[in-house]
Amino acid sequence: MKMLNTLLPALVAVFSTSAFAGEAQIELKEGAGRDTVMANCVMCHSIDYIQMNSLFMKRTDWQATVDKMVNVMGAPISQDDISVILDYLTTYYGVE
Amino acid sequence: MDRRTFLKGLVGGVVVTWPGLLVPRSLRAGELPIGAVESAVRAALSGKKPLIKRTYRPPNFETPVRAFSGVITPNDQFFVRWHLAHIPQVAAETWRLEVGGDSVEHPFELTLDQLKRDFEPVELFAVCQCAGNRRGFSEPHVPGVQWGAGAMGNARWKGARLKDVLARAGLKSDALEIVFDGADYGAIDETPDFVKSLPLWKALDENTLVAYEMNGEALPHWNGFPVRLVVPGWSGTYWVKQLTSISAMPKPETGFWMSRAYRIPKDKFPHIERFLSQEGEDNTPITDMVVNSLMTNIEEGQRLHAGKPVTVKGLAWDGGHGIRTVEVSVNGGRTWRDAQLEQDYGRFSFRAWHHTFTPRRGGKSVLMARATNRQGSTQVYELIFNPAGYHNNVVQRINMVVA
Ligand code: HEC
Repeated sequence: MKMLNTLLPALVAVFSTSAFAGEAQIELKEGAGRDTVMANCVMCHSIDYIQMNSLFMKRTDWQATVDKMVNVMGAPISQDDISVILDYLTTYYGVE
Repeated sequence: MDRRTFLKGLVGGVVVTWPGLLVPRSLRAGELPIGAVESAVRAALSGKKPLIKRTYRPPNFETPVRAFSGVITPNDQFFVRWHLAHIPQVAAETWRLEVGGDSVEHPFELTLDQLKRDFEPVELFAVCQCAGNRRGFSEPHVPGVQWGAGAMGNARWKGARLKDVLARAGLKSDALEIVFDGADYGAIDETPDFVKSLPLWKALDENTLVAYEMNGEALPHWNGFPVRLVVPGWSGTYWVKQLTSISAMPKPETGFWMSRAYRIPKDKFPHIERFLSQEGEDNTPITDMVVNSLMTNIEEGQRLHAGKPVTVKGLAWDGGHGIRTVEVSVNGGRTWRDAQLEQDYGRFSFRAWHHTFTPRRGGKSVLMARATNRQGSTQVYELIFNPAGYHNNVVQRINMVVA
């Protein structure tokens, strides 16, 4: 079902009082680019989606995933941020 | 996965995640990715017992293997799978089901009471298994929810036949697919809404239900309260939760979740049912489940006493042909014995089975189980790799320690 969602702060309130509260405990690994990931990848789902899908993705696999988030899921992420995100994901949640 | 990474997660033969979560390494068609093991915790959603958390938002929670000790999966341990994070609390009184689409004569709306009162109630046992069940064991690993063996459950469902509901709307002769939408939605409008369709023939199957009860109770919120689709034999992706609309259409549904997700290579699974209006050049939607089994009471590395009889228990299921045999090997596949099949709850249900054997010292003590359905299809020894990690029915191997 489609609805208009404009109020992000309202969503945050929903998560903290709902079954999703556990997600507050998740922490991505410390490292350059983490803030950019946190700014771009929490809008639609918790970041355990990233942890869970590690350590087996190469840079090209992360690239394909991030492209899917942008092109299919509609994630509003700038080109500059994408390369920072890919560096971070490949370094901390990827394989050579 | 490289061996060193994997070993980091191993202590004494079990994968240790957070305290209290021991994952039996019993499915040896690959291992879960280390990140999936480390990010899993036992956590309880409202109204549920603690399950294996794969993701918090949207909630994706897996049933622990130990909960499969009976043929019915309890509602409070039934796995939870959502794609989109907004899952409204739906009130029974205000819920409405819209029945319409370009291929019906008279669109109408139903309340929950009307659905229960106006249509003959039907009850049946059926397995709901996520298409991606066991994806985490795929080799090589593929992205997606990294499920172990518990993204499935079996319940007694009660509801109206979808064909009766459609009959009231009056199907036109050009109806091709029946399209289903639920109340869930994504964080932004750009994200494709979760919309699924069935070919007309499957929608009109007398076993396809618009269900409002699960094991004698209202559906749990996390399993689709108040009403979900039940599509016996077919993978869970079609079992749309919090159902809000049913539309008969003369054209194939083109949304992302039909046209690009939940697809398998066309040539790799020759026995599955076809969904012709959705077939592509080289891929096609996943449809019915492949025959499979799970041993539920013996864990990897379990110690058994030589000379003392042991009963291995398990479940078997398939896409609706029904289970013909389950065979068990206690010597790594050298010889096989028929297991005893337990009560038959119908061809869409889990079939419980057991087999008693006496462990002997020496040789390879590897326990295996292999189900065959009434169509003659059986489980595979090597994964039939596909990019989304579906249809993993690799024969399980459990190493026993006989002392
Ligand atoms: C606009 C919404 C949105 C944003 C923003 C978003 N995702 Fe997703 N993502 C989704 C949806 C929807 C799914 C499918 C979830 C499911 O089926 O369980 C998904 C799934 C995933 C998966 C699982 C693999 C797959 O392909 O389904 C990974 C990994 C992932 N996202 C990573 C990311 C990363 C990294 C970012 C930030 C760069 C991100 N996502 C941002 C919507 C989004």
